Amino acid sequence: MQHGKYRFIVGFLVIPMTLYTLFVIWPFIQSIFYSFTNWTGLSPDFEMVGFDNYSRMFEDDIFWRSLQHSMLFALLLPLVTLSLALFFAFMINVGGRRRKGGPVVSGVRGSGFYKIVYFFPQVLSIAIVALLFQFAYNPQSGALNSTFKAIGLDDLQPVWLGDPDLALWCVMAVLVWSTVGFFVVLFSAGMASIPTELYEAALLDGASRITTFFRVTLPLLWDTVQSGWVYIGVLALGAESFAVVQIMTIGPGGPDYSTTVMVLYVYQKAFRDGQAAYATTIGVALLVVTLAFAAIVMKLGRRERLEF
Amino acid sequence: MKTTETPTAPDAVPAPRVSKQDGRPPRPKEKSEGQVLNVFSHGILIVWAILVVMPLLWAVMTSFKDDAAIFNSPWSLPTSLNFDNWSRAWSQARMADYFLNTIMVVGGSLIGTLVLGSMAAYVLARFEFPGNRFLYYLFVGGMSFPVMLALVPLFYVVNNMGLLNTIHGLILVYIAYSLPFTVFFLTSFFRSLPSSVAEAAFVDGATHTRTFFQIMLPMARPGLISVGIFNFLGQWNQYMLPTVLNSDPENRVLTQGLVQLSVSQGYKGDWSGLFAGLVMAMLPVLAAYIVFQRQVVSGLTAGALK
Repeated sequence: MQHGKYRFIVGFLVIPMTLYTLFVIWPFIQSIFYSFTNWTGLSPDFEMVGFDNYSRMFEDDIFWRSLQHSMLFALLLPLVTLSLALFFAFMINVGGRRRKGGPVVSGVRGSGFYKIVYFFPQVLSIAIVALLFQFAYNPQSGALNSTFKAIGLDDLQPVWLGDPDLALWCVMAVLVWSTVGFFVVLFSAGMASIPTELYEAALLDGASRITTFFRVTLPLLWDTVQSGWVYIGVLALGAESFAVVQIMTIGPGGPDYSTTVMVLYVYQKAFRDGQAAYATTIGVALLVVTLAFAAIVMKLGRRERLEF
Repeated sequence: MKTTETPTAPDAVPAPRVSKQDGRPPRPKEKSEGQVLNVFSHGILIVWAILVVMPLLWAVMTSFKDDAAIFNSPWSLPTSLNFDNWSRAWSQARMADYFLNTIMVVGGSLIGTLVLGSMAAYVLARFEFPGNRFLYYLFVGGMSFPVMLALVPLFYVVNNMGLLNTIHGLILVYIAYSLPFTVFFLTSFFRSLPSSVAEAAFVDGATHTRTFFQIMLPMARPGLISVGIFNFLGQWNQYMLPTVLNSDPENRVLTQGLVQLSVSQGYKGDWSGLFAGLVMAMLPVLAAYIVFQRQVVSGLTAGALK
């Protein structure tokens, strides 16, 4: 297979490689370079300023707040989402009552239905989901407050996204809502590949479902959970939180910056304030946080590998 | 990789014999515990299903109401079906245009992603050449970088090439950002295909290019479908890239158009039209998901499980 091999290789790689270098690699390299300049983004002129942007960043209150919120997103969101998803997936796949003559391990009744329905939000754009919930949270006539009114909780009329103490949680709840279904399905696929003999053995041994979950299912699923943790954490630091925060909350990242996140801050500095260089500096910080997050999860999550 | 015994297996194996001999399988105790748990867990499963479906149903319901009803009684059923909300959204609010733009952008970039991604993946998977590993990791590394970091310089790259606010510019950028995952997924897929068929074709005098398009690509169809669905959903739902690279109102895609609409709604107040637009944008993907449910799920999970 040597004839014309290199011509073929080059021919096949040149277009994808060019596009990828031009639109992905090159901008990445540039952004690190720009973080050492005072480029505004509005004019082509700039000077090298060394670490000025970085020292400015460390004294920037809003940067610290956005970092705090982003970290909260990266830690709490995976915890809540994955716990819920694990519980649902276990119930759907293993939690069913043993019926006479049926398989030893089965899901609760209607599990197929749950799997389909839970996945709905995953196919919708996060932008559309954010818009929808913005209406649901509307303090005057949103679905939430009018439900409160209908069940007699008239006094309890939070302004949700307008309340600095509540806004961040509201936004986070939307992300949980939209991502749980994906992990239910992902974990279901993982659980389906666990051999039933293990469950049979555990059941005959008299293990309750809770024990079965913690002793059989979770250890064998650990790899999937771990990569899920990284996956959702990276999303929460990046694109997803950008869409929900930018669309749902009012003003410059929520009331009194209560919902601002790092991605949003990069966007605002670059495209609203004309401080492209400073924006890329925050972007570099975001890159560091993302990589550190992934490394820590991979490191902490490492366990003896279980084979089956 | 080390093979360790699973914790339950050793003690679990002799158990069945013991309980059989005793003649008391641990059923009764389990059952009472099981029932409480069943009610409880069924309850939670149902509550979550309602939590997922309610907002969607609420949106559909609201899209048929007039503005007054939306504000005065958000939860009541619409008194009459106001289809003019839908027609207003479709024509006046330009949902029709946004749909067309989205279809063009996603169609173009999906085809481009699959063709270019499979070409690169094929070469990286099945040919030895210096720099092969380096290029592979260069592609795959792109998966873990936050897009936002590149977005500022990307804006100026696209601007300098005269591609800002154009459909084809958006297509090229979508392709570039879809390549990391596509190459990663398809490389391992091409590696798993048997090489004998390709070699036979090559011996018969087919060129590499012909072997690829006529033999390998058809064999890779399941992988292409999985990665195609994954990319389709990602590109159809893309919000950040068009927001930054495409500010021309003529070329807005669906997500962007809807968000713009809701922002300007603050002053004009055609909420019913906006809801109709939202539902319009939701229904096609939901319908497609219900029809192709199995493929969508396996396409999305295959990627994440790798």
